[in-house]
Amino acid sequence: MNTTYPTVNFDAAKELGLNEEEFLKIHEILGREPNFTELCMYSAMWSEHCSYKNSIIWLKTLPKDGPHMLVKAGEENAGLVDIGEGLACAFKIESHNHPSALEPYQGAATGVGGINRDIFTMGARPIAQLNSLRFGNPKEARTKWLLKGVVKGIGDYGNAFGVPIVGGEVYFDECYHQNPLVNAFSAGIMEVGNMISATSKGPGNPVYIVGSATGKDGIHGASFASKDLSEDSANDIPAVQVGDPFQEKLLLEATLELAQSGIIVGMQDMGAAGIICSTAEMSAAGKCGMDIQLDKVPLRQDQMEPWEILLSESQERMLVVVQKGKEKEMKAIFDKWDLNCAHIGEVTEGDTLQFFWNGEKIAHAPAESLVLGGGAPIYYREYRKAAYYDQLQNFDISEVEEPKDLRKVATFMIGLPNIASRKFIIEQYDSMVGTVNMSTNNPTDAAVVNIKGTNRALAMTVDCNSRYVFADPEVGTMIAVSEAARNIVCSGGLPSAVTNCLNFGNPYNKEVYWQFVSAIKGMSAACEMFKTPVTGGNVSFYNQTVLKEKTEPVFPTPTIGMIGIIEDKKFITTIPFKEKGDLIFLLGQVREDINSSQYLVHYHGIENSPVPTFSLEAENALQEQLKMTIRAGLIKSAHDVSEGGLFCCLMEKSMPSGMGFDITIPAEIRPDAYLFGEGQSRVIVTVKQEDEADFIDNMMLNGVAFDLLGHVTKGSIRVDDEDWGDVSEYKAIYDTALENIINT
Amino acid sequence: MKIGVIIFPGSNCDRDMMYALENVMGHEVVELWHKDADLQNVEMVVLPGGFSYGDYLRSGAIARFSPIMQSVIEFANTGGLVLGVCNGFQVLCEAGLLPGVLLHNNSHTFICKNVFISPANHASAINSGLKPKAYKIPIAHGEGRYFISDEDLKKIEDNNQVIFRYCNENGEINEAANPNGSLNNIAGVCNEGKNVFGMMPHPERAADENLGNTDGQDIFIAFFEALKLTV
Amino acid sequence: MTFRADITIMPHRALLDPQGKAVTKSMGNIGLPGIENVRIGKHIQLDVNAETKEEAEKQVKTACDKLLANPIMEVCEFSISELETA
Repeated sequence: MNTTYPTVNFDAAKELGLNEEEFLKIHEILGREPNFTELCMYSAMWSEHCSYKNSIIWLKTLPKDGPHMLVKAGEENAGLVDIGEGLACAFKIESHNHPSALEPYQGAATGVGGINRDIFTMGARPIAQLNSLRFGNPKEARTKWLLKGVVKGIGDYGNAFGVPIVGGEVYFDECYHQNPLVNAFSAGIMEVGNMISATSKGPGNPVYIVGSATGKDGIHGASFASKDLSEDSANDIPAVQVGDPFQEKLLLEATLELAQSGIIVGMQDMGAAGIICSTAEMSAAGKCGMDIQLDKVPLRQDQMEPWEILLSESQERMLVVVQKGKEKEMKAIFDKWDLNCAHIGEVTEGDTLQFFWNGEKIAHAPAESLVLGGGAPIYYREYRKAAYYDQLQNFDISEVEEPKDLRKVATFMIGLPNIASRKFIIEQYDSMVGTVNMSTNNPTDAAVVNIKGTNRALAMTVDCNSRYVFADPEVGTMIAVSEAARNIVCSGGLPSAVTNCLNFGNPYNKEVYWQFVSAIKGMSAACEMFKTPVTGGNVSFYNQTVLKEKTEPVFPTPTIGMIGIIEDKKFITTIPFKEKGDLIFLLGQVREDINSSQYLVHYHGIENSPVPTFSLEAENALQEQLKMTIRAGLIKSAHDVSEGGLFCCLMEKSMPSGMGFDITIPAEIRPDAYLFGEGQSRVIVTVKQEDEADFIDNMMLNGVAFDLLGHVTKGSIRVDDEDWGDVSEYKAIYDTALENIINT
Repeated sequence: MKIGVIIFPGSNCDRDMMYALENVMGHEVVELWHKDADLQNVEMVVLPGGFSYGDYLRSGAIARFSPIMQSVIEFANTGGLVLGVCNGFQVLCEAGLLPGVLLHNNSHTFICKNVFISPANHASAINSGLKPKAYKIPIAHGEGRYFISDEDLKKIEDNNQVIFRYCNENGEINEAANPNGSLNNIAGVCNEGKNVFGMMPHPERAADENLGNTDGQDIFIAFFEALKLTV
Repeated sequence: MTFRADITIMPHRALLDPQGKAVTKSMGNIGLPGIENVRIGKHIQLDVNAETKEEAEKQVKTACDKLLANPIMEVCEFSISELETA
């Protein structure tokens, strides 16, 4: 072991990302000067990633309580809700943006690994995954490289691990050119009461590290220290982490056996800040201490320093505390699955974490002082309304020229990268393993996942139109939550709970922080309205494009992951048209609104306009009405109106079955706004002709606006009695447009 | 029927296969662990899909040497019934129980989607009871391109060892309906003794009526009916 | 002149090699527990037309850095020899 550590002083602290105030606070906590290892511990634990120091104040204002919540937000590795019949669903979304920008394949793969570990660490078997991906202009070589790498990374990891990818979103916008967003959502199921807690207790209980061996992964923040040690050792620092889905699959099976064994006290996944984070958080949660022998940790690389072992972020590892006397049972489970399982320490009385190296105590600190909610710093950041916001309000629809040939616009819209089929991406993912994906053969707005052995199903979705959030962070975020809930309601579910992935720029930029604060306010209001508490998630700051002159943040992107419960499978409602002659109704208010629409941005090239008109009350009324009408058995198909407006919504209902539509545009509205505007809180449904009267009676109960658009045809598209061709012509464009761009 | 489903490290369709055989088809199913050698007196062994040993090196290459496979090879060589699906098919080819190999798809990507297959003949238990029509069955693989030497291809074709071919919705067998570049659109084969079967498509993924497609269940029903007549 | 390059691409030594690890473990199953530290890379062979060996090396080096290997994860070594003209 090399003992020539850098001198501990303010400069070293600064190199490690700690400011002067934080450096002094460490002295205060310890009552002495920290040694280098301890300084590293605090720098990792008090980093933005672990401590949420710039966001936690606001995150705490999000609604946390709901009738189905089984754990409090942020207390466990993931959120947990009661889904009935004695079962619980653990779910969470997480970002892996920056690793994916560097090496898209491994960055995305390890993101998938991390989110699934969060789920099964709690004792739940992952049953479904979704992801939300954002890239720059699809015509750019960098975008193609990133997209292909990310998709292959997600596929190779998820397919081998064995969790189906049941849905998600892929968006393109210039703002993500340098900094793509890769957000992965996973959901798992367990029996209520079988949860493994991320807590440690019982002095004398043994502590284990299980899974992969530890290497010098993810310790860049402290890499300057290595350079001082020797010239050569900097070469040993891996620039990227490599995921091992095979190892993760074994870890899953071993963990679920452990959950059933009755010998486990607690367990936590090792993500950011590895051993130091898991030992500190578990000990702080259980209000106890831990003695850890770092020399007993299985290593992948030679000559690792204790602080490197503490901070390493090597993948596919867990910290486990089991009952004393059950060491043999523990070993038997991990031997069965051919996994490392090293006894590295004990739970102790008190609250001190002590780390040893060959018997010598090399670092110690109170566990509580390291963690979020304990001694970790909390900052109020200043914010200021963004200058662009007022400019956007100058937009005037009357200055936008009305196109003469709307049919041409329709063909243009259906082939836009943000609208066209993602089939060539989705087919690279195993979407059917687990035999629970009910949307494969019957497409739905939210993914519908069967809960075997019950008459229930889960609906889940990830949504965020970040262009709306940019236009108005508060209202845009309300719309993101609303769209998620609307997708679940359209599929026949009842919205239950939310997990969020907050992707923003630099929090020290006041305008960026205004976007963040406004987004949280909008999310709170919407989640209160739909009674969908926020169970957790993650915050990713510093998503930006650095140019010579300036730094341009990405669109503020608070991705919403939502799950809903379908209490009876007969309520499942699908997207496609069912039968020729069925009546097509639009539920919700019609407005002459093309704000922030794909039509305005891509057809007219107008980037700056306000968020679409939106009211939470109207949205809620629509969703309540739709829930009721679906449960009355009057709806044959449902699909919400989103990107591309009413026309693209109708096409998406047409293409799976090949059936078309015959509709009439009301005279009092601009036809382009009617067909392609993205006015909010609208759903298109179909109703059997003989149910028309019952449907209208049902709709009259709550005063939600609705209009008869027309009827379903065998395959032709007719708008205002004009022949717009056959569904197949549009499908040919829709199916291949994006694939052609990416593969040329 | 008592059926054993093998669990290799990295198998991930094992539970789906057991669900289909036990809960949907009503058979007795036992798990066979890769480290054991005992086949527990099962009447049929099923090798499920997944990524045994992470599919590292070549799909199926490492799994083929696990202790349970030595017993399966013996069982198969004495006429025992064996079915391999997807990764199970790859393991059986690596083990020499089935002719040919499965190479990377010609697209060089993983492909998961519904495809159509039709029985190549009615010469073995798995296809003798099937209608000459297109069955909609999902595939999910990166290495599914069936390949074999010209000489052996002729042999397996002449012996009616090809059990399924990829086709379109109307049952037509052509290049457009071939998802991965397999020779002669081959989706599944059996051994000379017609007791060992392998197929890339996943019938167990089209067995539960909750999923809106039961064509796989039809294949299982016909298979087990035919076995009743022969056993 | 034509030169033949034999290129060996290996995962960076600091990185986990999941494939090598799984293959190492399986050596016991075929009765060879004495084999360890399996690492799996790629071998690429190609021919280069160039005036001199140095020029050929330069081209191969560029090919390695730009396309054949991912310098973030892999290390590349190669040897070059002049092909005998028939």
